[in-house]
Amino acid sequence: MNLGPYSFLALFAIAAVIFAITPLAIAWLWARTFSPRKSGPSKNANYECGLDSQATGWVQFQSEYYLYGIVFLIFDVETVFLLPFAAAFKGLSAGACAAMLIFILLLVEGLVWLCVKGVVARR
Amino acid sequence: MQACLFYLFAALTLLCGVLVIANPFTRNPVTSAMFLVLTIVSLAGLFVLLHAFFLAAVQILVYAGAVMVLFLFVIMLLDLKEEERRKIKAGAGVLGLAAAGGIALLMIAVIRQSNAGVGLKPASAEGSTLDLGKRLFTDYALPFELISLVLLVAMIGTVLLSKKDLK
Repeated sequence: MNLGPYSFLALFAIAAVIFAITPLAIAWLWARTFSPRKSGPSKNANYECGLDSQATGWVQFQSEYYLYGIVFLIFDVETVFLLPFAAAFKGLSAGACAAMLIFILLLVEGLVWLCVKGVVARR
Repeated sequence: MQACLFYLFAALTLLCGVLVIANPFTRNPVTSAMFLVLTIVSLAGLFVLLHAFFLAAVQILVYAGAVMVLFLFVIMLLDLKEEERRKIKAGAGVLGLAAAGGIALLMIAVIRQSNAGVGLKPASAEGSTLDLGKRLFTDYALPFELISLVLLVAMIGTVLLSKKDLK
């Protein structure tokens, strides 16, 4: 049976969905069958045991952390160039590999600079 | 099979797109952002069906990865509860729907009039990532190296501009 070049991809997608849903469904059925449905403020708290929680789990982040976002963005853009390099790797010359190494080294240099300056250090 | 997948991804894109802006279950902006990720991923699926593999990969890498991180950062810097409490005015909703419907009608009319895609041959983009890689490292090696400099300058510039007390 030939269903086109994407049939095995669709098969993988279906398998992935089933793989993700099965444990959830089993847990749901298990809870429905065996556990009593009693919800209350203490049961719905963020931490069911221990001290009463002070607020919800939603907090505002420190704006300083956006630097991590920017740095991630830059290395994500780098990946976009790594992808065609990897695809064309077999037909490329040594000079192209050197060019890629320089490309990566320049960006790693930036990361090292960030580390030395303590920008990405945890406080 | 491909038509099946196309309709699946198109329906997923539209459904998730609607859930981004009008989720009936929750008004949480983070949920909207997650549905935007699903929209982007199903769009990438459409790109794969069009044999634009590189575009699909970039769509997921850059949009679902980097741009979504920035979106989530902006969302988490804001006060979420105020957004959830805000009421939607009925008049604004009706006007917005009317405006969106008008633009959609206009676009459909224009696309139907322009005969877009008539006489076009299907693109042979099968090995485009490979070709792109070859061109990038032979004809465009210098611009490629300059891009790394641009990225480096962007990284250092952001830090220098935002950190006044740098050692």
